[in-house]
Amino acid sequence: MIEIKHLTKRYGELLAVDDISFDVAPGQVLGFLGPNGAGKSTTMKMITGFLSPTAGSVRVCGHDLESAPLAAKSCMGYLPEGAPSYPEMTVRSFLEFIADIRGLSADVRKRRLDDVIGRLALSSVLEQVIETLSKGFKRRVGLAQALLHDPQVLILDEPTDGLDPNQKHEVRSLINDMSRDKIIVISTHILEEVDAVCNRAIIIASGRILADDTPKNLAARAPSGRLDDVFRTITTAATPRAIPAAEGAAHA
Amino acid sequence: MRNTLTLFRREFWSYFATPLAFVFIVIFLLLAGALAFYLGGFYERGQADLAPFFNYHPWLYLFLIPALSMRLWAEERKSGTIELLMTLPVTLWQAVIGKYLAAWAFAGVALVLTFPIWITVNYLGDPDNGAILAAYIGSFLMAGGFLAIGSCISAATRNQVIAFIFTVVLCFGFLLSGFPMVLGLFDGWAPRAIVDAVASLSFLTHFASISKGVIDVRDLLYFGILIGVWLLATAIVLEMKKAD
Repeated sequence: MIEIKHLTKRYGELLAVDDISFDVAPGQVLGFLGPNGAGKSTTMKMITGFLSPTAGSVRVCGHDLESAPLAAKSCMGYLPEGAPSYPEMTVRSFLEFIADIRGLSADVRKRRLDDVIGRLALSSVLEQVIETLSKGFKRRVGLAQALLHDPQVLILDEPTDGLDPNQKHEVRSLINDMSRDKIIVISTHILEEVDAVCNRAIIIASGRILADDTPKNLAARAPSGRLDDVFRTITTAATPRAIPAAEGAAHA
Repeated sequence: MRNTLTLFRREFWSYFATPLAFVFIVIFLLLAGALAFYLGGFYERGQADLAPFFNYHPWLYLFLIPALSMRLWAEERKSGTIELLMTLPVTLWQAVIGKYLAAWAFAGVALVLTFPIWITVNYLGDPDNGAILAAYIGSFLMAGGFLAIGSCISAATRNQVIAFIFTVVLCFGFLLSGFPMVLGLFDGWAPRAIVDAVASLSFLTHFASISKGVIDVRDLLYFGILIGVWLLATAIVLEMKKAD
């Protein structure tokens, strides 16, 4: 369970996330949609405890991120934007480091390592230094790291960014396989992805939630029945372009 | 504790995964040796001690330690791994201390590898090995002090070059405050207490007194507090500007 209440993040003058509240229940795959700079990543950084909110609270698996950050972080797996990992390590030593930090006991550790290495098809690059891997492999190492402790909650920031169509398909089927009993939150601006894997979509722009529904219901809002059109209508209405705003100021 | 150890291990071996370890150790050994033999007059002095060797350590550290510390946090920031690290179930303190200790242990390895000069001096004469051990401890503590300053500066920026330059400047300040030239500026007019206070801030003063072979609690305390304060500052800086 993820419970988010009145979450707000302010950077000086800029209001990046503006008083958003929502819950995510097990079995839900939530797609977080929005234009660049909408506040998707900032929200995810607050859910995972990297950033402290200016106001509001986040609870994950019943643990408050503010008062019990370690317990909350333990039940989450997180793929940060760009899938950062230590470039000088080999894939194996990196995953073993994560397993140690996650405190996996010896037998669980072996089983989980084998599982994620198999699932993400990493066995051919295990001894390779991460720096030398292709973008697709780096992303898969990032995913493996997030899945390693078999977390109840998965937060994936643009999990398929930079992957080729086949790899995108693989990652999506991976997410589908895991979705039954887990909570998965993914951010993306690829709308077909939402159709493919999510059973709930939140559209966010300028730090506010503009829509929260199933992808099917959202798509039905447009006469064309296409999610793209709904996305465009909703987000452009919420973030007026610079030019009309300037004209408005001139008239006033 | 377990987490600190895991972070320590990762960080420590990562030095050896890059050419940094090799370059650092070779340059350190070459310079330490060259300074002791040519500038320090190790042979010409005709004394069986390592003073000409240890005397140059503060100046050697001034440029080499910032090269070691600059990557500590700036690199995590630049590559985005700081976000990975801070969302793992570890506390900020475990991360700060684990990484710091790894850098310190690495500096320790470089220092230990200077042992041939200790063998040399024992072969040539009959030195006071207790004093030499004390000087090694003093040198190691001083390296720790430089590294703690560097850790804090590195936490404040994502640019390693900037981290390097600022660390050198700050460490230079800490060295100079014990230098006769600087103390001379105060000597004529300032009360004795102020001159002593300025001198007592310096690495040089404390390192010099330890390397004479006298391990005084006050000198140990000085390095302990210095390291503690700068690591605390590291944690505060990281907490304040984690995402920048």
